[in-house]
Amino acid sequence: MKRNIIVVILAGLVVISLLAGMVGCPSTEYPLHDPLVRFRIATTTSLYDTGLWYHLEPIFEELANVEMDIVYAGTGIALEYGRRGDVDAIIVHDRAREDEFIADGYGINRRNFAYNFFLIAGPASDPAGIMGSTAAEAFEKLYDAGLNDPDTVKFVSRGDDSGTHAKEKLIWSQAGFDYEEVRNSGQWYVEVGRGMGPTLLMANEMQAYVLADISTFLAYNLKSGLDIVPIVDEDPIFLNVYAAIAINPEAHPGAKIDIANQLINWLISAEVQDIIGTYGSVEYGRSLFLPIAGCDMPGCPPVEDYTLPVPEYTGN
Amino acid sequence: MTELWEGLVTAVKLIISLDPEVMQIAGRSLAISLTASLLASLACIPLASLIHFRSFPGKRVLVNIIQTLFSVPTVVVGLFVFVLFSSAGPLGGLSLIFTPTVMVIGQAILITPILLGLTISALSGVDRALVDTARALGASGGQTAIIILREARYAVLAAVIMAFGRAISEVGLAIMVGGNIRGFTRVITTAIALETSKGELELALALGIILLAIALIVNFALNRIQQR
Repeated sequence: MKRNIIVVILAGLVVISLLAGMVGCPSTEYPLHDPLVRFRIATTTSLYDTGLWYHLEPIFEELANVEMDIVYAGTGIALEYGRRGDVDAIIVHDRAREDEFIADGYGINRRNFAYNFFLIAGPASDPAGIMGSTAAEAFEKLYDAGLNDPDTVKFVSRGDDSGTHAKEKLIWSQAGFDYEEVRNSGQWYVEVGRGMGPTLLMANEMQAYVLADISTFLAYNLKSGLDIVPIVDEDPIFLNVYAAIAINPEAHPGAKIDIANQLINWLISAEVQDIIGTYGSVEYGRSLFLPIAGCDMPGCPPVEDYTLPVPEYTGN
Repeated sequence: MTELWEGLVTAVKLIISLDPEVMQIAGRSLAISLTASLLASLACIPLASLIHFRSFPGKRVLVNIIQTLFSVPTVVVGLFVFVLFSSAGPLGGLSLIFTPTVMVIGQAILITPILLGLTISALSGVDRALVDTARALGASGGQTAIIILREARYAVLAAVIMAFGRAISEVGLAIMVGGNIRGFTRVITTAIALETSKGELELALALGIILLAIALIVNFALNRIQQR
C-alpha cells in the first residue's frame, strides 16, 4: 500500500484537477452560446470602470455570434497590445497616438463613437483656489500651491501613459510647463500608475486634486461616495473622444478584421448610439457618455469619422 | 473594520448561494493552479531525484541557483511568459496569449524552482543509513530512489502543497498573461484586484476568504490521500 505513495498523491492530483476542470467549465450552467470564435479587444479603463462594456458585451456577442474577450488596459498598453497583435481591435482615446498607430500601419478603420469631458476634481475646500480657472491656469496654481504646501495641496496623476495621462501632459504643456520638470518637482505630485477608478479612489483617500473623465467620476461617486468634488470642468481642452480601431491584418495576419469591422460599424450604428446616449441616465440623472453625433465644438472629429461605415476588408 | 465583517458575511452568502459567477471563478482558479501544480510535480519530482542522486560538477551551484529562484517575482515570470507567447513573440504562433492554457504554463514555470528545491531538500533529509542498507540488500538505483522518495513523502507533499499555494495565490502573472477576461481567464486573485480597484472591498474580501477555503480543502484532500 505505502509503496506507491507518490503515485497515489499524483493520481489524487489528477482526479482533483479533472473535477476542478469540470467545475471550471460548467457549460451546462452557462448556456451563453457556443464560443465559436473568440474575438478580443483591449479597452480603455473608463469604458470598463463605468460598466458600459458589461452592458454592450452580451449584445454584440449575440449579434456576431462570437465570444468577446475584453482586456482592461489604458490607452498606452492597449496600443502596445495592438502593435504586438495580441488583440483584434482597440478602444482608445488619445488622438495623437492613434494617428501614429495608424500611420505606422498597425491600425485601420478608426471611427469615433462616443465622447465626454474631463474635469479636475479636488477637496471641496479647494485649498489651491482653482475654482473658476481654465484648465491651464488651474494646473499653474496647483503647481505653485503644491510646491509651497505639499501637505495640503496634492495632485494625483494616472502616470500610466493612458489617454487621461496624455491629456494631463497636454494641459501641462498648454500651461507652459515641461512635464518632466513637473513630475520631478516634489512630493505634491503623486504618480500612481493605475486605472481611472483606482486613481480616483486614491485621490479621494489623499484629499488630492485629480484629472478624471466625468463618467468614471460619476460612477465612482455613486458607488463609493467620493469626498472630492468637480472644481474645474469648463475648458475646450477637456473634450475626450473615444475611438475604435481595427488591427491591420497586413501587420498581423491573424487579426480578425471582419469581426473588428462589424464591431466598429455596430458602435456607430443608431442602435448603439442610442444605448450610449442613455447609458446611466437612470442612476446618474444624465448619461455617462455622449453619442458622437452630438459633438459640435472645436476639436470634435469630422463627421465622416463617425457616419461613414468602414468598408469590408478585401485584402490587397 | 466593518468591511472585514461585511466581507465575511458576503463570503458566506456567496458560498451558500453558490453564486454562479463566483463559483465559476473559483473553479477556474482551482483548475488552473491544480493543473499547473500537477504538471510541474510530474516533471520536477523525478528531475529533483535525478539531481539529488547523481553527483556531477556544479551540483551545489545548481541547487543554489534553484533556491535563489524561489524569490523570483511573479510579474517577472509573467513578463517572460508574455514576451514568449505574445503574438509578436517566438511562440506567438500558438495563439495562447490571454488564455487559461498560458496561465497554466506560466504558473508551472513559476513553481518549478520551489518544487525542485524543496524536493531536493526533502530527499536530503532522509537518513543516509537507509540508502546504504538498501544498497547492501541489493536494491538497484531505481529501487533505492523509490524507497527514499517513500521515506521523504511528507516533505515532498509539503513541497507540492507549497507550490500549489504559490500558484493559486499569485496575481501578477495571472493578470499579465491571462488578461483578467471575464468568463475566460478571470481567477480569484485577478478578480480580487479588479474588485478592489472598483472599490468593492467587501466582495474582494469575500473572494479572498473563498480562496483560503479552497486552499483548505485541497490541503485536507492531499493530506488524506497521503495518510492512506
